[in-house]
Formats: sequence, structure tokens, C-alpha cells
Amino acid sequence: MDTESNYSGYSHYSGRSRGSHRHGDRSRDRHKSRSKDSRSEKSVTINTPPAEPLLGDSSVRGEQTQDDNWGETTTAVTGTSEHSLSQEDIVRITKDLEDSVGLNCRLYLTRTIAVILGLLVFLTPLAFLVLPHILWPEKLQSCGTACEGLYISVAFKLLILLLAVWALFFRPARAGLPRVFVFRVLLAVLVLLFVVSYWLFYSVRILDAKDENYQGIVQYAVSLVDALLFIHYLAVVLLELRQLQPCFSVCVTRSTDGTTRHYNLGQLSIQRAALAIIENYYSDFPIHNPALLSASKSRAAKHLAGLKVYNVDDILRDKLKSYLLDSPGNNAAASAGLAQSQSRAMIAAAARRRDTSHNELYYEEVEHEKRVRKRKARLVVAVEEAFTHIKRMQDDEQKKAPGDVMDPREAAQAIFPSMARALQKYLRTTKQQHCHSMESIQQHLAFCITNNMTPKAFLESYLTPGPTLQYNQNHWMARRWTLISEASVTSGLKDGTIFLLKCVDFSLVVRSKKIPYIQMSEEYIDPKSHKFVLRLQSETSV
Amino acid sequence: MSFVPGQPVTAVVQRIEIQKLRQGENLILGFSIGGGIDQDPGQNPFSEDKTDKGIYVTRITPGGPAEVADLRIGDKIMQVNGWDMTMVTHDQARKKLTKKKEDVVRLLITRKSLEQAVNQSKGKYPRP
Repeated sequence: MDTESNYSGYSHYSGRSRGSHRHGDRSRDRHKSRSKDSRSEKSVTINTPPAEPLLGDSSVRGEQTQDDNWGETTTAVTGTSEHSLSQEDIVRITKDLEDSVGLNCRLYLTRTIAVILGLLVFLTPLAFLVLPHILWPEKLQSCGTACEGLYISVAFKLLILLLAVWALFFRPARAGLPRVFVFRVLLAVLVLLFVVSYWLFYSVRILDAKDENYQGIVQYAVSLVDALLFIHYLAVVLLELRQLQPCFSVCVTRSTDGTTRHYNLGQLSIQRAALAIIENYYSDFPIHNPALLSASKSRAAKHLAGLKVYNVDDILRDKLKSYLLDSPGNNAAASAGLAQSQSRAMIAAAARRRDTSHNELYYEEVEHEKRVRKRKARLVVAVEEAFTHIKRMQDDEQKKAPGDVMDPREAAQAIFPSMARALQKYLRTTKQQHCHSMESIQQHLAFCITNNMTPKAFLESYLTPGPTLQYNQNHWMARRWTLISEASVTSGLKDGTIFLLKCVDFSLVVRSKKIPYIQMSEEYIDPKSHKFVLRLQSETSV
Repeated sequence: MSFVPGQPVTAVVQRIEIQKLRQGENLILGFSIGGGIDQDPGQNPFSEDKTDKGIYVTRITPGGPAEVADLRIGDKIMQVNGWDMTMVTHDQARKKLTKKKEDVVRLLITRKSLEQAVNQSKGKYPRP
């Protein structure tokens, strides 16, 4: 999260004061180097003086004034050491600590309310039936056959209600949403009001009056259970059925590399739509690989580095302005003119410099393509050869010595070394080497051998980057997403709704469009109407 | 040469007289025709208006009577011996041209260059 504040902070103050560019560049590079290394190697030892806070927000703001001792607070990057924490881990831990308390509170509150409501709902009919027997047993009419038939009906309806409530509500929560789920709250309030009104009626008309008509009381209890079943039907329709009909087509774009997918969603609130999108994200989008973005970033850095524009800081610029423009009335227009001419000079210089960089890009890409193809060819050959060393043992070959018989893991370990080098080189070329560890590759190999997969099937997960679910979940799946939206998150999706789903490394931009009303008409074609004529063009000589 | 249905057709025509040549038993004229109201007008390469179903000259045998009489390929035949050729079927046109009892056919033909020539000549001499 602090890297996000870094970038936003940079753009924020770069627009305001061009003067601090020089120091701004250095601080940006420092922060960038720290975060970039932490991403690629995942462990960086931070040698900062104790005065500097971990989250780095105040250091960004502190760059406004001249920071003379920036040289003394550089970060030393060591190799992979097991006992160091990366910056991201620290951020994650602190955020987890401060939010887990609040989240658990909400979870327990909802759980207790649900349990109380459930007990109220189930025990009420039973209480209605039992209380007359307890309070005025002598005055009560005995229960005839019809009345006892109603007992059975009450029992089975309660059983059905119990199963239905278990099926609909007692499912493991799949996410913690920022706001409450409006429909659930509405239903809970409805049920509460309903049960309270029934109790009110019961206590006034039956308990106080000590009514002896027991059959009437049983029928009253039956009507309560019927109404509860209908409320459950309402719950099914509101919670489950209403959003099934597709109403909106949402376009989800990842901000770092532009991967786009489209989904059809029904009438949902923004937070539920966001949840559905995140669940689809994990299975549809190829994994976010920050190593692939470094090429465009280096190109952007080269563009900026090539500009020979002198940036003066605030103090010098003010001095320059006041020197050049003596009259006080000119200042406002002239400062605007100065800024404009500076920007124009920068853009002109950039336009001239851009003439050759497309050439470099083209040839670089061609070279890369060739290298990848070569490595892929070597890899495929190596894997195919490795797979020929293994054969599934047939049942009638039991006579082989037990020392030669291996289980899948051992078989995988036996053939892995012959393909390890080719695989590692290929992963390095396609910048995927941090996605797969040795252990995971061997596990995958054992899995493929067990299930009689061909070498091509084994390689498929390395040749193309798969969805995030395919990789080690603890490592790659962000558990914390932030929903950024201008409209309230419990309001429904509308045409043109735009919101952002931010996680630590990237954000997903979501735009919704309404599926238009489709007017279909029919046209009847008589099967006998399919008739044809010859198109003639004859030529006769006379 | 486009026409408006229901309105009379006007065109600049040229009179061509062809003497039929006797070849064995047949009298031949030395050209081929295409078109007709029962044919597909879109496939006619010589017509300007692709809905024109008139009779067109599609081929001229070199050295034949038609070439001698200055009939050219692409000409549209408007009349044959007084018979109208603008609204006839292909077969009717063939019959009118190959009557065994006639030695001579007098055709009225029209072509684009005739109209252009007339327009040019109109333009050269200013009206008094």
C-alpha cells in the first residue's frame, strides 16, 4: 500500500512545484528501487535510521524542503536472506492487526443476531402450542383428530423450514464486504416484525383471555409457520434469483497491463458485483507478472532521461522571474507563459528524440521472440526425452526387483534433473522464474506422471501464463481488496457505473453498460416459397 | 440509353443495311446478338444501364457482311426491318433477323459515340 502512496504523492507534488524535480527524482528512484527489489526478490534488508517511519508516507511529504542528508539514508540491498521482512509484509501485518479486531467484532455481531433470530423463529410455534398446556391445562379443550393432524403438519413444516434455512443461510461466508447486505437486513427486520406482531396478538388475545379453543390455537401456530415459509420463499427470490438474469455487461481492465475481460451480471449492488468480479478475476485473468512491465518502464525512463531541459527549483525560478519581469502587473501572465514555454520545449524535445526509439523496440522484440522460440524448442525436446525414461509398471511385471519400483514422487525426482536446466532457462527468458519454485515444478511433474499426461500437457502450464488460481495461493492471491467508488457501494449497478478494485500490486477498473432491450420480431417463411430461376445470357449468332 | 418506364425512348440512331451472305444452305449476317427481355441484363458487358434488356451486338465475325456494313461490337439494335427490338425476347430477335425470305436487313442501331458526336456538333456551332 505504501508504494501506492508513493506514486500518487509524486504525481501530486510534481504538478505543483517543478522546482523540486531534482530531489524528487532521487527520492522516487530510491523508493522505486526499494519497492522494485522487494517485488523481485521478496526480501530486502532495510538499513534505515530509526527516525524514518516504516510506511514512508511522511518521508514523501518531507521532500518538499531540501533534504540534504538523503545520501546517508540509502538502502542496502542484500541477497536473499531468510530472516528479513520485505516492506510489503510489514505493511500487510500492520494492516491485518488493526483491521482484524474490527472485522471480528462485526462477524460475531452478525452471527449472534442470526442465532437469536433463528431461535426465536423456531421456538415461537412450539411455544404457542405448549404455553396453554402449561398455563391453563384444566380449561383447555382436548385435542381432537383434526387438531392432531395439524400437529403433524406443524412438525413437518418446521422441519422443512429448518432444512431450507440451513440451505440458504448457513453457508460459509465467502467474503467480508464493506457495508451490510441490504436485503438480508430487510429480511431480518421483516421476520422480526412479523414474529413480534404474532406474539403481540397471541399474548393479548390468547394468553390474557385464556382461550380454551385449543384447535384455534394450533391453527394459529400453523398459520405462523406457513407465513414463515413464505418469507423464506421471498428470501430465496431476493437473495438468489433476482440477480441471475443478466442485465449489465461489465468490462474489467487491469491497470498494469490492460488485460480486459467482459462479464454479464444481473441486478446487483456495487459491492456484490465487485465480489463476483474478483471471483471471476482469479480464474480468468492471467497472472499479474510485474517483471513483464519493466521493459515499458525502462523505455519511459529513457524518454525522460533524454530531455535536455534544465529544471530550476522554486527559489531560483522566483528569482529569475522577478529579475526578468520587473513590472508587478506582468507576473501572473508571465509565469503562465514561462510554464507553457517550458512544457512546449519539453514536448518538442521529446518529439525529436522519439524518432529512433521505435526502431530499437522493434528489433528488441524480434530478438526476444527468436530467443524465446529457441529456448522453447530445446525445452520441448528435453522434456519429451525425459518422459521416455519413465514407464508405468504393468501388473504382470511384478517380478521386477523392488528397488527399481518407484512411486510418482521418486519418479519425478529421477527425471527432473535432465530437464531442469532447459526449463529454468526458458522461465528466465520469459520472466516467469519467480512464479514457479523447484518444489512446485516437481510436484506438478509427479502429478502429470500419476495421471498419464503427455509431455505437452506437462509443459502447458509453463508455456502460457495461467490464471492466478493455478499458482501457489498463499503467495499470489491478495486477500485484501479495496473498493473505490463514487456512488454508494450498496446502491445498485447502473448504466455507466465506474469503480475501482485496488489490491497491493495493481487495480482493476470496472465499467458497466446496460444490456439493451431487445425487440425481436418473427418472419414466417413458407417452405414452398424456395423457388429459383436460371439467369440466362445466351448469345446467338445470326 | 437509359429509359424511364412509360415514357417514349429517344436515341440517336444510325441506319445500317446488311446484305445476307449465302453459305451453303444458310443465310448469315456475320454477327452474334445477346440480350432480350427473358435474359439477365446484369451480365451484359456492353450496356450502360444494367437494367437495359435490349438486344446488343456481342461479336462480329471478321470479314463478314456485318463488318463490311460498319456494324460494331456493342451496338444496341433498336429496329430490324421495321420490327421493334427494344422489348423482345432473345428468340424473337433471332427470328426477326434470320428470316429466310429476306436478303437484306435494315437495322437501326444506336451507340454511345453517336450521341457524343451529336452533342459535340451541337456545341461547335453556336446557334444564331
